[in-house]
Order: sequence, then structure tokens, then C-alpha cells
Amino acid sequence: MSDYISHDHEHDGIDRRGFLHCMAWAGTGLLWTISGGVLASKTLAQIAKAGAPLPATDLSFLQISDSHIGFNKEANKDVTATFKIALDRINAMPTPPSFLIHTGDITQLSKPEEFDTFDEVLKSCRTKDVFYVPGEHDVLNDGGKLYRERYLKSVEGKGSGWYSFNKNGVHFIALVNVLDLQAGGLGQLGDEQLEWLEADVKGLGTSTPIVVFAHIPLWAVYPQWGWGTSDSERALGYLKGFGSVTVLNGHIHQVLQKVEGNVTFHTAMSTAFPQPAPGTAASPGPMKVPAEKLRSMLGLTSVQYKQGKTTLAVVDSNLS
Amino acid sequence: MKTLTQRNKKMALLCAISFLNLSIFALAGEMKEADGTGSKQNRIEIKDFAFNPQTITVRAGEKVTWINRDEEPHTVVSVEKQFKKSTALDTDQEFTITAGAPGTYTYFCSVHPKMTGTIVVEK
Repeated sequence: MSDYISHDHEHDGIDRRGFLHCMAWAGTGLLWTISGGVLASKTLAQIAKAGAPLPATDLSFLQISDSHIGFNKEANKDVTATFKIALDRINAMPTPPSFLIHTGDITQLSKPEEFDTFDEVLKSCRTKDVFYVPGEHDVLNDGGKLYRERYLKSVEGKGSGWYSFNKNGVHFIALVNVLDLQAGGLGQLGDEQLEWLEADVKGLGTSTPIVVFAHIPLWAVYPQWGWGTSDSERALGYLKGFGSVTVLNGHIHQVLQKVEGNVTFHTAMSTAFPQPAPGTAASPGPMKVPAEKLRSMLGLTSVQYKQGKTTLAVVDSNLS
Repeated sequence: MKTLTQRNKKMALLCAISFLNLSIFALAGEMKEADGTGSKQNRIEIKDFAFNPQTITVRAGEKVTWINRDEEPHTVVSVEKQFKKSTALDTDQEFTITAGAPGTYTYFCSVHPKMTGTIVVEK
């Protein structure tokens, strides 16, 4: 992956390749450039520091995830404050994103007042267009009714709230995999949504870049902790013929990724609290970290697309 | 005489069906405040994304109480919809049902469906 870092802008002699490679798995700020299914990386902070704006692209958007408004325990008793910091970072970006996507768990307990707080804080973001998918925390007691009333106003949501849209030649697909979950199972899309997906992509040219986003990972990150989606294989089957597929998920509060043929899977950090790496704790519950370390484990993800290229650049940057 | 017997049989069957329905509905759950009056012996602790004990045996008519000790919300939902589901339980929140007809009842957390448990109700 490090072969694609071709410049040392700061001439500081640091072995950035190796350094960044390590940082990727530590979940710190990174730029991932997807090139022919191979990833390269560069930190967002380094680009900003060097004073060079991000390369001109035809489309850039930002992923925020797992804000968990209402959570008030260790290691983050003020998740609203860290969410605000994330928005400040977006506002400070040299090239503002065209829109945001939120990959779920807006709230901790699906309470109206938690959604209210989120909406109020979000007003400070200069990027106004936001596309959502729900997390299981957003649909706890009403099957997602309140979520859909609030967050599907600008799109034509089907079924329990899935939809698609096009931006600058990129086809975006928002999937819902947190409802009607079956005992003993994982995240689930369900037949109705899968049939819709098959029809949705049928008319598209295979060179159309596809971005799929959903809350629970659409790959088997760690099924023992429920970190996967039982029928994601079928969904990916419908996307097999496309040259560039980028799958963006949340749920696991850490950066993980996998490249499988033409498909790049990527999970984002939370803006609220970190979760343990797969299998490294008794449960996937919130990870307690020292206060000074917290913000390095929270973050957001920037994605850029340049027309004519099949590659999308995916940048993770933390809040420290 | 023969007709009467058949009628009696029919009546007995109807009674049995009604009784069975009543028994199932008797397991209907209700949310309770955490006031500590619930039966001490039938407590299921939710910790580290698991129900402990995973299988509990109780007598018909006894109360069963779950308490969530995780920092993550969990629910208690009957797989066969045999009793009323809980709302999402926040940390230290409880949910209580009264055990009804003898039988085996499986349940899970609809937020984290990997979490499953069983209640065995004896006479």
C-alpha cells in the first residue's frame, strides 16, 4: 500500500510510509488513496500543515459516525462536545465537503431530546446537506419511525428507510441493516431491500463508481461480536460487475478496512467513544481510555472522487 | 347418549384451548420500577453483552427480573413473541415479567441479537 506515497513534502526524512502504515491500524489520521484496489496513505494534518490544499477533485464528502448523543459515561462524559469538535474540523477544512453522510448511532437511546441536541449542534456546520442511515441506537423502541420522520426529508426513502442518489457521476446507496434482527443473528438487510438494490443498480454502467453506506459493517469483521451483516454477500453480489465499489460503515468505532477485488470496505471512528479491537476485550462495550488519549481515538472520514478515475481517496483524521 | 359424549368432548377441547391461551397471555410482561420488590432468586443480570444465567428455571407465577449492568442499552424480546418485549434498558434499568404456562421460552436482545437466553417455566 505504501508504494503510492510519492512525495515527501516536508523533506524531513521521516519514513512516512512505514509510519503511516502503522498509524492506519492505530486508527489515527490518514489519507487513503484507492488506486486499482490498492491503498496509499497520507495524513490530513500533514497536508494542512504543508499549506497545500487537497488536490482539486470533482466531489468530496465527509463521513461522520456514531455520535451517540446522550451517552454520558467513561471514557467520554461529554459526547456533545466531541461532536462539536468534529464539526469544527469540518468547518476548518481548506476544501469544504459537498455534503456529509452520517453512518448511524446519532443518539444513544433514540430519545427525542437526544435527536434535538444533535440537530441543534449540527447547525454550526457550514456544510448543510447530510445523508443518513440509522444505527441500532436510533431505532430502539419505535422501529425507526422517529428517525425516518427527521432524517429522510431530502430523500425518497423506501421500506425502512433505504435510498440511493447520484452526485457528480458517483452512485450512492444508503442501506439499513439494523432493523428486524433475528435471534442469534447479525445485522440484516432483508429480502425487500436486497430486491430493491438489485433493481437499483441494474441500469447503471459498470464504470459508475459506487459508494455504499450502512451502519453495521457489510463484511464479517468479527461475527462473534455481531460485527457483520448476515446477507451482505447477496448485496455485494449485485455490485460484482462494477469497477469501483467503496463500502463505508460505522458501528465498531475504529478504523478497519479490507480490499476484496474491486470492493474497498472501510469503517470510521466514532465522535463519541472508542470500542476495543475485535476480540481484545470481554465485550464490544465502550472502551475506557485515559482522558488525554480519548480524542486521538475519535474522528471523521473524508472521501474524494475525481472524475475519470476509478479511485476514491478515503481520509481518516482524528480529533486530537 | 352418544351425542352428549361428543358434545362433552368438544366442550373439554374448547376449555383446554381457552386455558392454554390464558396461560400464554399470563406471561405478558410489564415494566417495573427498580424498587427491589421483585423476586430475588429469579434475577438475570445483563453483563458484557450476555444474559447471566443464560438459562433460568422458574415456577409458574413467579416473577423474572432482568437488570442491565452494561453501559450499552439492551432489550429482552421473546423469540416467539410469547411475552411483551421490554423497551431499551439503559444502565441499571430493570424489566420484570411474571412466568405463565409451563414451557420453554427463548428470548434475545433485539439490539444485539447474538445475545440469547432461555426461561424454563415449571409447574
